[in-house]
Amino acid sequence: MMRDFTLQTIAMLAVLLLAPLLTGVVRKAKARLLRRIGPPLIQPYRDLWRLLQKEVVLADNASWLFRATPYLVFATTWLAATLVPTFATGLPFNWAADLIGIVALLALGRFFLALAGMDVGTSFGGIGSSREMMIASLAEPAMMMIIFSLALLAGSTQLSVMAQYLLSPNVGLRVTLGLSLIALMVVGIAENARIPVDNPATHLELTMVHEAMLLEYSGRHLALLELASFIKLLLYLSLIACLFVPWGLVPANGSWPAFGLGLLLYAAKMIVGVCILAGFETAIAKMRVFRVPTFVGAALMLGLLGALLLFVSRGL
Amino acid sequence: MPLAFLLWCVLAFLVTAVAAIVTGQRWNATTPVYCITALISLLGCAGAVTALLTHQSAALQLPLGLPGIGANFRMDVLSALFLAIVNLGGAGASIFGLGYGRHEAFPGRILPFFCVFLAAMNLVVLSDDAFTFLLSWELMSLASWALVLAHHGEPENVHAGFVYILMASFGTFALLLAFGLLAGPGGQYSFEAIRLHQPMGMVAGLVFLLALVGAGSKAGLVPLHVWLPLAHPAAPSHVSALMSGIMTKVAIYAFIRIVLDLLGPPVWWWGMVLLAAGGASALMGVLYGLFQTDIKRVLAYSTIENIGIIFIGLGLALSFRADHFEEAAILALTAALFHVINHSLFKSLLFFCSGAVLGATHERNLERLGGLIHRMPVTALACLAGCLAISGLPPFNGFVSEWLTFQAILLSPELPQWGLKLGVPAVGALLALSVALAGACFVRLFGIAFLGRARAPVAANALETDKISLSVLLVFAGFCLVIGVVPGFVIDALGPVSQSLFHGQMPIQSAQPWLSLVPISAARSSYNGLTLLLMIAVALGLAFVAIRIAASRSTRRAPAWDCGFPNAGTLTQYTAGSFSQPIRRVFGTVLFRARESIEVPPPGDSRPARMTVRLQDVVWDVCYAPLSGAVTYLADRLNVLQFLTIRRYLSLVFATLVVLLLVVATWQ
Repeated sequence: MMRDFTLQTIAMLAVLLLAPLLTGVVRKAKARLLRRIGPPLIQPYRDLWRLLQKEVVLADNASWLFRATPYLVFATTWLAATLVPTFATGLPFNWAADLIGIVALLALGRFFLALAGMDVGTSFGGIGSSREMMIASLAEPAMMMIIFSLALLAGSTQLSVMAQYLLSPNVGLRVTLGLSLIALMVVGIAENARIPVDNPATHLELTMVHEAMLLEYSGRHLALLELASFIKLLLYLSLIACLFVPWGLVPANGSWPAFGLGLLLYAAKMIVGVCILAGFETAIAKMRVFRVPTFVGAALMLGLLGALLLFVSRGL
Repeated sequence: MPLAFLLWCVLAFLVTAVAAIVTGQRWNATTPVYCITALISLLGCAGAVTALLTHQSAALQLPLGLPGIGANFRMDVLSALFLAIVNLGGAGASIFGLGYGRHEAFPGRILPFFCVFLAAMNLVVLSDDAFTFLLSWELMSLASWALVLAHHGEPENVHAGFVYILMASFGTFALLLAFGLLAGPGGQYSFEAIRLHQPMGMVAGLVFLLALVGAGSKAGLVPLHVWLPLAHPAAPSHVSALMSGIMTKVAIYAFIRIVLDLLGPPVWWWGMVLLAAGGASALMGVLYGLFQTDIKRVLAYSTIENIGIIFIGLGLALSFRADHFEEAAILALTAALFHVINHSLFKSLLFFCSGAVLGATHERNLERLGGLIHRMPVTALACLAGCLAISGLPPFNGFVSEWLTFQAILLSPELPQWGLKLGVPAVGALLALSVALAGACFVRLFGIAFLGRARAPVAANALETDKISLSVLLVFAGFCLVIGVVPGFVIDALGPVSQSLFHGQMPIQSAQPWLSLVPISAARSSYNGLTLLLMIAVALGLAFVAIRIAASRSTRRAPAWDCGFPNAGTLTQYTAGSFSQPIRRVFGTVLFRARESIEVPPPGDSRPARMTVRLQDVVWDVCYAPLSGAVTYLADRLNVLQFLTIRRYLSLVFATLVVLLLVVATWQ
């Protein structure tokens, strides 16, 4: 019991502490691909620290909702990330919610963030909220269809059980798994506001979605929201790793050296994932907002196709 | 015992109605009437809950109604569940009416019908023969119709009342035929006798379709929904809450009673029909809602969405039952019943909130609201809870029932029929899509009405509503949260209902460790609202403490930044129309033939530029417009008959006589 909770705490802290580093690696990799030197890897930590030391400038008519949202978004995202098995499966909290619950927790954070974007009553906040909800209205069902496909295969919506199933030798290569992987990558890109859906580095007003909602935030509030978005990137990468490259995941009754090895392997998976992301982002241009529905809608269709294939034949 | 008690409650409602008519002429009876109805409803609710928890079942025959049959009443666990829902909603609406009803200019037009409406809904659920059932059903329709027309000075309401009474009569007609077929040639109208002579084959299918049309038209199933978004908003807000939150549930009860109880074993295509209708309602309802600017109409359309979700659950239950997957059928039925409870709670709550906003601002148009969170903080909090619950977000109750429905869908690949194999995942996608769109719809509703800056002076000067109304709002919001956190107890309470309909129940949930929700097995799926809530609280606390220790605490108020170009005008904010514009472009161009036309005057012309958006209701165009056209055409043609000479009338009578005699002569 004690051991399980220690492991759970380690997993929670690892998620929290490694997330900014991961974003640092993405930025560095993107810069190197563009032949720039790029900021040091620890720059996200420095940014967070600097933001924490700054005063908060609140808009005159900001309500309590605006001040509470950063805490809520951070809490739900962090919680969702701890529910995803990173290096070990079957941790105590993993049973509190299944994959549908994780998606709903992220949706809860998004609900509040979109409301906060509308709280001050500026046009940029509204544009961000409106577009975010449009993208989410396609990305969320796409995610649900991916969950359907995988849950039909594994006979469970619990991530730990799914990962164990996908580790077992009777999975093999399946069309559905391929379709789900592509769909999950698209959803991950859309949910994390990455290129080509949104550009995390832009401050060109009309092209931003996620940043537009955060426009009125400053100081510690902004730090929390930034940290939440770092964690979200980590969460999606962990999710892909846990479902599609589950090798190295240690069950909760494993030995301590095994956990150490699992942690190292997990770090390696994250680095590889981040490098692929950086390469993809460098190679592609940002889309117009109204082409995004086609992009995310394709993920929805792929997910549905994957699920339908399983309904038609369990062998595919 | 509880049955007689509830019948006394019904009688008390009717007596109150008469008293309200008598006294209403002389003085304003608002407060006493709502006090009495609240008391009766609370007692009735307590009686129903007792009956549900103790699994009591009783029948009673009163010497009223048709000779030879009498008026039969019966209370079993299914009716006890729905009686609890009806009376809880009734109590909420009555107490809310205590505060809200003071704004009413003509209480005499509302109070008597309000009491009759509550009585009739109780009677529908209690009745045990077709005659009593239809009579109560029609009484319920007429009482609610009178309430829709309470403010008949406004032309919109007259139109709403007209469409409503047409659709209600049509629905009752379908139910009448359904009961006629169920009664068979022997004319057995008591439910007891119907259960003994269940129809088979084609007749059973026909009864199913008629029941779907009859109950579905009252519940607001697409394409029979056209009256609902007109009628529900037209009534006073606490009555809208009753109509949307409670009366639609009585319709669901009628459907469950006829199809799952009176009718024999289901056939698989019944489930298919329900899934298609439910999926279409869920998606169309929420999309319609996203494009409305009237706050009560948004809520009415969202009712259609939720009714769709309930029917998806029922459709799954029927499909599984037809193929003898008992465990899965019970799960799907429980999910549907759970959503019935949830929707009655959060939809009532949201209509109460809209009533509070309406009372404070006299404005239903979202485009003229805004910033109410500063003026009405408690209403805003309760409304936020309702919006979170209806969007299916944890740890509120809406998430649990939608989660259970998804779990039921995941059991469906075992079904042998190809139609279901392909239909169920498609319905799953529709459900996921409508849940996500509901999130957008309620971000829009709350964000435009309560956040931002006031778009009109009425919103800027709004005052928080009265204490009694606020207490109702907070109690309903509390229900939404508590049921979401410990759903196991509700599922256990639903056990006897599924036991009586499907002869089995879900595993006992309150015995699970840590109050987890485990529908089938822990390895398959589990959800623990309590842990989730605690973990959110702990994470929030940790973040708060860490920020207190590590971060600067200074906070300064300043004008909004807005990328350096702040505009003091409130018109520069996003409006309800602009918020839904991206979604309209994505979904509306196909489904609603949404067209934008922009009119820019030539240079030198000082007129403002205009943008108009046109949405077409496809269902209306396809189903109702041809029908109403045909009726008008026929009526025009038949109109000629009014202006004939006496000779022609006589020859018409003669011809009719000859035709009838020929028919009689050639019969057999």
